[in-house]
Amino acid sequence: MALVEVRNVHKSFQRDSQVIEVFENLTLDIAAGSFTALMGPSGSGKSTFLNLLAGLDRPTSGTITVAGAAVNTMSPSALAKWRARHIGFVFQSYNLLPVLTAAQNVELPLLLAPLSKKERAERVRIALGVVGLEDRMVHYPRQLSGGQEQRVAIARAIVSDPTLTLLDEPTGQLDKKSAQEVLTLLQRLNDEFHKTIIVVTHDAHAAEKAKQVLHLDKGVLAA
Amino acid sequence: MKIPLVYNLRSIAHRPVSTAMTALGLALVVAVFVAMLALAGGFRATLARTGSPDNVVVLRRGATSEMESGVPRESARLIAADPRIASGADARPLVSPEVFVVINIPRAVGEGVNNVVARGVNDEAFAVRNIHLVAGRKFASGRSEIILGKKIVPRFAHTAIGDTLRFANRDWIVVGHFAAAGSALESEIWGENEQFMPVFRGEVFQSVIFRLRDPAAFDEVKRALEGDQRLQVQAQRESAFYAGQSTVLTRILTFLAIMITSVMAVGAVFGAVNTMYAAVSSRTPEIAVLLTLGFAPRSVLASFLSESVAIALLGGVAGGLLALPINGIVTSTTNWNSFSEVAFAFRVTPGLLVGGVIFAVVMGLVGGFFPAWRAARLQVVQALR
Repeated sequence: MALVEVRNVHKSFQRDSQVIEVFENLTLDIAAGSFTALMGPSGSGKSTFLNLLAGLDRPTSGTITVAGAAVNTMSPSALAKWRARHIGFVFQSYNLLPVLTAAQNVELPLLLAPLSKKERAERVRIALGVVGLEDRMVHYPRQLSGGQEQRVAIARAIVSDPTLTLLDEPTGQLDKKSAQEVLTLLQRLNDEFHKTIIVVTHDAHAAEKAKQVLHLDKGVLAA
Repeated sequence: MKIPLVYNLRSIAHRPVSTAMTALGLALVVAVFVAMLALAGGFRATLARTGSPDNVVVLRRGATSEMESGVPRESARLIAADPRIASGADARPLVSPEVFVVINIPRAVGEGVNNVVARGVNDEAFAVRNIHLVAGRKFASGRSEIILGKKIVPRFAHTAIGDTLRFANRDWIVVGHFAAAGSALESEIWGENEQFMPVFRGEVFQSVIFRLRDPAAFDEVKRALEGDQRLQVQAQRESAFYAGQSTVLTRILTFLAIMITSVMAVGAVFGAVNTMYAAVSSRTPEIAVLLTLGFAPRSVLASFLSESVAIALLGGVAGGLLALPINGIVTSTTNWNSFSEVAFAFRVTPGLLVGGVIFAVVMGLVGGFFPAWRAARLQVVQALR
């Protein structure tokens, strides 16, 4: 059984009087432990797909099952709990909370888990160690480079050991060197820690690191 | 689990100007709130301090104040003979038949006159009322001499010892100043009742004040006095009598405090609303991140409410500190029962300061609710775009 099962998903938006069709009849399986890159031109629905998987948005019709849970039928409060346990999300623009240190940013998802302060501190230390920023724990986002910020965001996404890690254009705002560091990190997370990763990207170089590349164009998927 | 408070506190510190302006708005409301209630509290405390639960005030039946009371000399004599009245060191009953009249005397500063109470008392009044002289001596019996409450002295002209005050077509020599534990009596002029009686209201006292031998016997004494058909009087504990005198003005001041600060509070709450809406608006991506991480909308609501309350707490404490210096400042107002001036001090109590902070917190909760509600209902997908 696949970790992610997308069945006959249809998604449309209403903009004024116009209905915009994003997907029609999208069907897809993603296996546990895979590293999938989803590519496609702007407006092809890549980010919408990621939002649907994370339960941040709902399909117009069809079903999305992640780790056996039907994401599209959950209540908002159940979704919040489910997301805390199963989803790690990385944004293009890092979206770290600027008033919290790197360690405090990474600790945020752990506040939703039944862990002691000591356990949380240990996990934060490990996560920041994995992304190579153990020595930046007390630094604020403004004191970090873009690449470092994104690595902190990745640490935040993996710290609670989620079932699925979703990344929306993680290298989109990074220079080449920083982007390479992030991509190497993702590869390592998949290879060494067997994390299931889905990354949305424009960058063909980034997609090369993935084990599976899917192309989304006008709502249609192609391998 | 809640969103850590440090997030809100640092966010507040991150925008010091808008935080300070909002807190200042709330602080001014709290300062006015505390000041006005300190005024009411000071007046009430001064009158409450005037009356002792061990003393009994006897007035003509149906009279609501000493102004409209009249107790004939014979009635006063009968009351003084009651065996339940305590005795002084000289074994004489601690009872004072008193003349009460309102006169006007010139103010120390500026033109014009003000009403003050002139009270004719006997020697026992000093023990009954716990009066002690702070300067000069007592008035001598049979002479046109007066002593003045210490709060009158700086506020009116010709109040130094040796000065002469003219009222009731006679000149009265000031021979002493007295204190009465900060009570309203310190705003009175005292002279011998036998001197005041003929020049003011004829052969009648306005009240009889006495000290109970056993304070628990009040009900029994009251029944006896009010049941005696010869007397036609009513008896009240002195503490209840003066507390009753403060009721009307205290209520008016409290009502004004609530009215004025309510109007001001509306403005301050709008300030808080504005600040918090701006905070929510500028931190939309952060809120979206929190919701994406799995924090429930109610956690976001609580987080932004706590931020608003933290600003309000800051304002509340600052407002209390702003109001604190008025504590003890002496002012005066008219006692609406006697239409005479009563000097009293603003009374900023710990309870009042706590009340001010609670008021600020309520303003913070009201002002923060709708912005926090908006934050909690944020659509993550839209917010992330």
